[in-house]
Amino acid sequence: MSQTLWQPNASIDNLRARARVLAQIRQFFAERQVLEVETPVLSQCAVSDPFIDSLEVSFGFQPGQEDERLYLQTSPEYAMKRLLAAGSGDIYQMAKVFRNGESGRRHNPEFTMLEWYRIGMDDHQLMAEVEALVTAVVPGLSVRYLSYAELFEQTLGLDPHRATLTQLQQVCRAHMDAPFEDDDPDTWLNLLMSHVIEPGLKGGVFVHSYPASMAALAQVRTDAQGRQVAARFELFVNGVELANGYHELTDAAEQARRLDADQHQRAALGLPQRPLDRRLVDALQAGIPDCAGVALGVDRLVMLALGVDGLDQVVSFMHARA
Amino acid sequence: MDLPAFSFAVEWLSIFRPLLSVVSFEFRSRNLLYMANYSSNQFKNGLKVMIDGDPCAMVDVDFVKPGKGQAFTRVRLRNLLTGRIWERTFKSNESVEGADVMDIDMEYLYNDGEMWHFMDPNSFEQVAADKNAVGDSDKWLKEQDKCVITLWNDNPISVTPPNFVELQVTETDPGLKGDTAQGGSKPATLSTGAVVRVPLFIEEGEMLRIDTRTGEYVSRAN
Repeated sequence: MSQTLWQPNASIDNLRARARVLAQIRQFFAERQVLEVETPVLSQCAVSDPFIDSLEVSFGFQPGQEDERLYLQTSPEYAMKRLLAAGSGDIYQMAKVFRNGESGRRHNPEFTMLEWYRIGMDDHQLMAEVEALVTAVVPGLSVRYLSYAELFEQTLGLDPHRATLTQLQQVCRAHMDAPFEDDDPDTWLNLLMSHVIEPGLKGGVFVHSYPASMAALAQVRTDAQGRQVAARFELFVNGVELANGYHELTDAAEQARRLDADQHQRAALGLPQRPLDRRLVDALQAGIPDCAGVALGVDRLVMLALGVDGLDQVVSFMHARA
Repeated sequence: MDLPAFSFAVEWLSIFRPLLSVVSFEFRSRNLLYMANYSSNQFKNGLKVMIDGDPCAMVDVDFVKPGKGQAFTRVRLRNLLTGRIWERTFKSNESVEGADVMDIDMEYLYNDGEMWHFMDPNSFEQVAADKNAVGDSDKWLKEQDKCVITLWNDNPISVTPPNFVELQVTETDPGLKGDTAQGGSKPATLSTGAVVRVPLFIEEGEMLRIDTRTGEYVSRAN
């Protein structure tokens, strides 16, 4: 084994196919006059999301000396929003992002993320553009649109907005062995989504209108049934999560409140407290245009384009060989 | 019961009995070792942990991360006592106690009618395994063959025979003369009581090489 560890885990043919997909993505945005940008991989601030862990980097003016603690980006979102506030117009980038502890069949601690922002679009318009890109790369893919509530009602006969904690736990325990306790309804919704619903999703499925508690950086609106829902969507293809998008939050005060809420939750869970990016709040304060944005896993898109089922077949050197 | 092996073992014991008490002490002192707790980010294939009071081995570990929200670790587990395999999901900050499980190469000594007795050829420590631990392996156990004994808190919970064993045919239909190349097979009973399919030319009294993982005849033993 050790004698072959110098070799790439993906075939050279697959890496050629990967390069063609990257060229196709750049062509897609060139045709739409979306500007390619680059933002720093190393930042003084870290993502606030309690369930995404940043990798830390020591910066020093002398070798072995730490003058600054920096963080590898987990997504280029904050920096790209600062560009939007500065008047960049429509932008995209393909960047390496880094997530501590994430390693598995469909996870690698570093991966390539495609992120783009479209001014004047909402989440539904952006979903249509994501569909155009994905079906260009994966021809013949059929795509459906379902709200989070419709998906839960169809699959489990459960209203995710109104179900009580006890009901959610009961449904979970009927479907899986997960004997731990947790008083956050989102934990149980996430379990049902990832263990029961996602594996059964065939073809491409856009899931939209998430519960407001899962808004992250999306706007919250009231749906036709009078429920508070997040203007957030995810695209699943054959049960694999491929993209996550928002009609972006532009309210600086609300953004500051969500950063602080994340930091409080981190403290409550005993997770590291890391510098919050207040410059994002300042950018929103200065004024960011109404826009929608989405992040898409490029390695997974290449997996789909090639019809393979492991990241190791489309990434030259995975974590174990890096 | 095979008497020669039994008497051999008794003889062996009488010579080394003074040593055994010392060895036993060292052997059991492993119990005092601290069994670590493993958090879900340390889970990996092969890790032995205690689940609901039973020792279990992790067969497959997968990281499950929803788009937003906490991650889960989904583990395929094998209960080492019952053999049951199932999936359990853990939260990212959960931890479980390690199980004091180890695999030891031991020599099969004899069966006393109820228990199967094995000996560690280095320490001369002996253990006795019951029917639950031995399971279906009993039909491949031949005296002095090396087996892998899985111990949990020093008690045997499973016995894995060697991949290949050589056993004598005690009963089979007469061989067909000259039929050494043609296909076709017949049942043959071996010295341990196991029944395997063998080629038509095999005769009673012959030694055969058997793959215990598949229960299939491999060749005549030389």
